[in-house]
Amino acid sequence: MRDLNQLYSEVIMEHYENSPHRKELKDATHKERGHNPLCGDDITLYLKMNGDIIEDASFTGHGCAISQASTSMMIDLIKGKDKKEALRLVQEFIDMIYKKDVNLDELGDAQVLQGVSDFPARIKCALLAWKTLQEML
Amino acid sequence: MDIEKIKKDFPILLSVKPHGKRLSYLDNAATTQKPIEVIKTMDKYYEELNANVYRSPHYLSVLSTQAYEEARERVKKFINAKRQESIIFTRNTTESINFIAYTWGMKHIKEGDEILLTIAEHHSNILPWQMVADAKGAKLKYVYLDENFRLSMKDFKEKISEKVKLVAVQHMSNVLGIINPVEEITEIVHKYGAKVLVDGAQSVPHMKVDLQKINCDFFAFSGHKMLGPMGIGVLYIKEDILEDIPPFLRGGEMIDEVYEDHSTFAPPPLKFEAGTPNVEGAYVLVSAIDYLEEIGVDNIYDHETKLLKYGLKKIGELDFVKMYGPKDAKDRGGIISFNVEGVHPHDVATILDEEGVAVRSGHHCCQPLMRYLGVPATVRASFYLYNDFEDIDVLVEGLKKVRKWFK
Repeated sequence: MRDLNQLYSEVIMEHYENSPHRKELKDATHKERGHNPLCGDDITLYLKMNGDIIEDASFTGHGCAISQASTSMMIDLIKGKDKKEALRLVQEFIDMIYKKDVNLDELGDAQVLQGVSDFPARIKCALLAWKTLQEML
Repeated sequence: MDIEKIKKDFPILLSVKPHGKRLSYLDNAATTQKPIEVIKTMDKYYEELNANVYRSPHYLSVLSTQAYEEARERVKKFINAKRQESIIFTRNTTESINFIAYTWGMKHIKEGDEILLTIAEHHSNILPWQMVADAKGAKLKYVYLDENFRLSMKDFKEKISEKVKLVAVQHMSNVLGIINPVEEITEIVHKYGAKVLVDGAQSVPHMKVDLQKINCDFFAFSGHKMLGPMGIGVLYIKEDILEDIPPFLRGGEMIDEVYEDHSTFAPPPLKFEAGTPNVEGAYVLVSAIDYLEEIGVDNIYDHETKLLKYGLKKIGELDFVKMYGPKDAKDRGGIISFNVEGVHPHDVATILDEEGVAVRSGHHCCQPLMRYLGVPATVRASFYLYNDFEDIDVLVEGLKKVRKWFK
């Protein structure tokens, strides 16, 4: 059921207000900007790749609570993973947002964003980081 | 004005309950709701009048052609144009402005010329001129705002010069609500021999517009922002330059004679309306104009001023909300843009939506203005004749809830 409590849960607000990943990565090997031109969410993702492994990741930018928290949660999830596994998890997340059956436990904190699927106007906010990462990898 | 009675004319306002709440529709700068008379007129067109215009001698075609030409006459009177030929039906304001950019602009703007815009313009009054400037090697210049968020006439007077060939300016800002002194601007610009295009998308629905007073060369507006249907817009071209303007689109209806290798064109306005036009849209637009005139456009303006003053006061009492725009309600339409401190406009709009309040969040197709104001986006509440104080009260209560979610 559509519920603001799910949209602005404590976990989401914590990632929005105090993300440890919000910083520029000085030794990044990959950098990509993602933005939703219609609403103004704007992030830059930084990755430090070692071969196929995502050794480190971070983000900067501004936007709504959903877009920023979602970016932070994604970085939590993909740090240390290899490219193939990261892309699989990205797809899992996208599937979750479109209400497909997925193994929620695999998505860590990001599973709390499932509630966004009941707010069609906010889906693009939740997906911004994940789509950006898909393009980068 | 009896707002309760007016509300009953708009079925959507009473029948739609967003998330079980009363609908407070405050997104009128984006598009307006339609009264039952306008909705019925859409059916009436197809039940009683539908045929292609100008082409066929049969009974129905004569009726639809008459209806279409009457619509032109009605629009002409509504904005006080001199001649019917000056009224060209388009899809919307965007198409009307592009029309002038692609025709008059591409013909007359030359290398080294300047096009003067204001920083608060909608993208639809920026991008077409960027296209012309790029194609011709002309330069775009912007007039900025004063400390009270009004257009700086001082800056304007410094930037107008012999080099300027066109000034393109909005009549009313869709973000700040400011009403620009387009009469004064036109008078000055004409002394320099340049032309003036006025974007009337936000003004025509909300205030009396008299093109004989404004005296601009081009004027554009949209039907859907004034109780009419989407897909019908108007371009006004002053009578003395009609002949100088080449066709925009070419094809059916706009010709005189067509040979294998060349053609001659019909006189205006048909020259400017290639293809089957939106006859239904023009016909229904008339019913919207009828409705507006029955209530009285001046009355609507006064009502919105009351709402604006009330809104400025009530929202102004919230110390966590910052408003963008003049502090007073003088020469200002019923639009309030604001941000809740530390909260992104989308989050604000989502929480307001739960309360049944429809507002827009984002850059409002005004990215240069957002950059100038130093914000990525704003929330915008925009009023119309069917809004009441309760809509604003619900908005203000909603903003207090936003503060609870985002402490």
